[in-house]
Amino acid sequence: MTIEEIEKDIVAEFSVFDDWMDKYAYLIELGSGLEGMDEAYKTEDNLIKGCQSRVWFHAEMKDGLLYFTADSDAIITKGIAGLLIRVFSGQTPADIAKADLHFIDEIRLAQHLSPTRSNGLLAMVKQIKMYAIAAAATK
Amino acid sequence: MLDIEKIRSDFPILQEKVYGKRLVYLDNGATTQRPLPVVEKMTEYYLKYNSNVHRGIHFLSNKCTDANEEAREDVRRFLHAASGKEIIFTRGTTESINLVAQTFGEAFIREGDEILVTEMEHHANIVPWQMLCERKGAVLKVIPFRDNGELELSHLDTLLTEKVKLVGIAYVSNVLGTVNPVRSIIARAHAVGAKVLVDGAQAIQHMPIDVQELDCDFFAFSGHKIYGPTGVGVLYGKEDLLDRMPPWQGGGEMIREVRFEKTTYNELPFKFEAGTPDFIGIIGLGEAIRYVEALGQENIAAYEQELLAYAMDKMKEVAGIRLFGEAACKSSVISFALGDIHHSDTGVLLDKMGIAIRTGQLCAEPVMQHYGVTGMVRASLAMYNTREEIDLFCKGLAKVAQIFGIKQG
Repeated sequence: MTIEEIEKDIVAEFSVFDDWMDKYAYLIELGSGLEGMDEAYKTEDNLIKGCQSRVWFHAEMKDGLLYFTADSDAIITKGIAGLLIRVFSGQTPADIAKADLHFIDEIRLAQHLSPTRSNGLLAMVKQIKMYAIAAAATK
Repeated sequence: MLDIEKIRSDFPILQEKVYGKRLVYLDNGATTQRPLPVVEKMTEYYLKYNSNVHRGIHFLSNKCTDANEEAREDVRRFLHAASGKEIIFTRGTTESINLVAQTFGEAFIREGDEILVTEMEHHANIVPWQMLCERKGAVLKVIPFRDNGELELSHLDTLLTEKVKLVGIAYVSNVLGTVNPVRSIIARAHAVGAKVLVDGAQAIQHMPIDVQELDCDFFAFSGHKIYGPTGVGVLYGKEDLLDRMPPWQGGGEMIREVRFEKTTYNELPFKFEAGTPDFIGIIGLGEAIRYVEALGQENIAAYEQELLAYAMDKMKEVAGIRLFGEAACKSSVISFALGDIHHSDTGVLLDKMGIAIRTGQLCAEPVMQHYGVTGMVRASLAMYNTREEIDLFCKGLAKVAQIFGIKQG
């Protein structure tokens, strides 16, 4: 599936929730279900450090595609990381770098996760894109 | 008795809605809201009188200068200081503490001297002293606290030796709410010749303050914690001590005569007020102080204590709650964890219910390390909060707990 197709799926899934609480319950479910990451990858380099919660993203290249794993000590953050993994993992660095993440606005999450928080959604996206740009450059 | 509804009507922000829900503002430890008289006073000065203070010859300048100095008198009266010379306007508590670290530190701290702080200090009352110790080769020592949030004063005799030149202590802990017995600590510090700086950031809005009765050498607070504007704060210092301290920032206002050969400095308090102050902020602070005085600090303290007791009881009914800090003498600051739910998860969900609280390390990482947690959730109450708001907050907590599968009785 392309990034665009996955984004559309996520928007469709979230559209069934009228109540914000259901959205968060869903994110918590995603977070609880997301397989954590190998402790060895919880390095300073992989850490998106913030005052609120700690998030790690690890990227690996396989056959020209980037694969991500992530973990966080906060479940909602982990759920959001899980959404991003679903969108980006297994895509080419070029596609990741140019992806337009309209789903974030459409599921109305961005407004709740302040971009100024370094562990916010946008900080995670930035980190993923940096991995992609770096991977594309070293290919 | 306070008329809470009347007070609330002075704070229009409390009638705001967030995410379409009624705002429950319980983040007063971070900043309090400003009442209409403060905002109106500042607006009036911006619209009608704005002009630089202390050097003007014209009507507007004199008007602002007078109001600036009236605010100094308001602060003096509020703190029960002996003289207006002892009231220095700064940008806030942090700058006040840094001023002391820079100037008192410059004049009086030598290699091998000790500075004593407590384990429950805000970073603003730790880092400036660490920086000073690094500059001077002095040593920072720490008074620990017990798990209930009270200082372990049995260590004080060993810690408080004649090597100690300065003790920095919070009147009220911004995490635990503990009201520290500063008066007796000050007396004991003075007995070994140490000076004491009291960080009053979390005390100023909750209780009457008398710096002469406390006999503290320095007292620091911020305007925005006592219903005044941000960007303005106060350093109180004993006059003879301030006199013996060198100036910090150089510039206009703080000088008597400037010659290229030698410049002489202005007298107190202006010696420590280089440059144009935030005089409209200062005027706003004066108004905030009058607002609080009119309500009566004793009345505020009594109401907040009652509200605190109610909140603690109600919160204990929420299954899975763990409170940090249950000192016998406690201010209306309640830090807690809910089961093993991450503090940011609790914060995000409460936010969605319109409840504003603080989460994280609360600028007091040593306190987090004491309890072995990465962060906490903190509700901090002010005089305009109500039992009804506490009920909404506790309902919110129960809902968060329920989402995470903690069964409620």
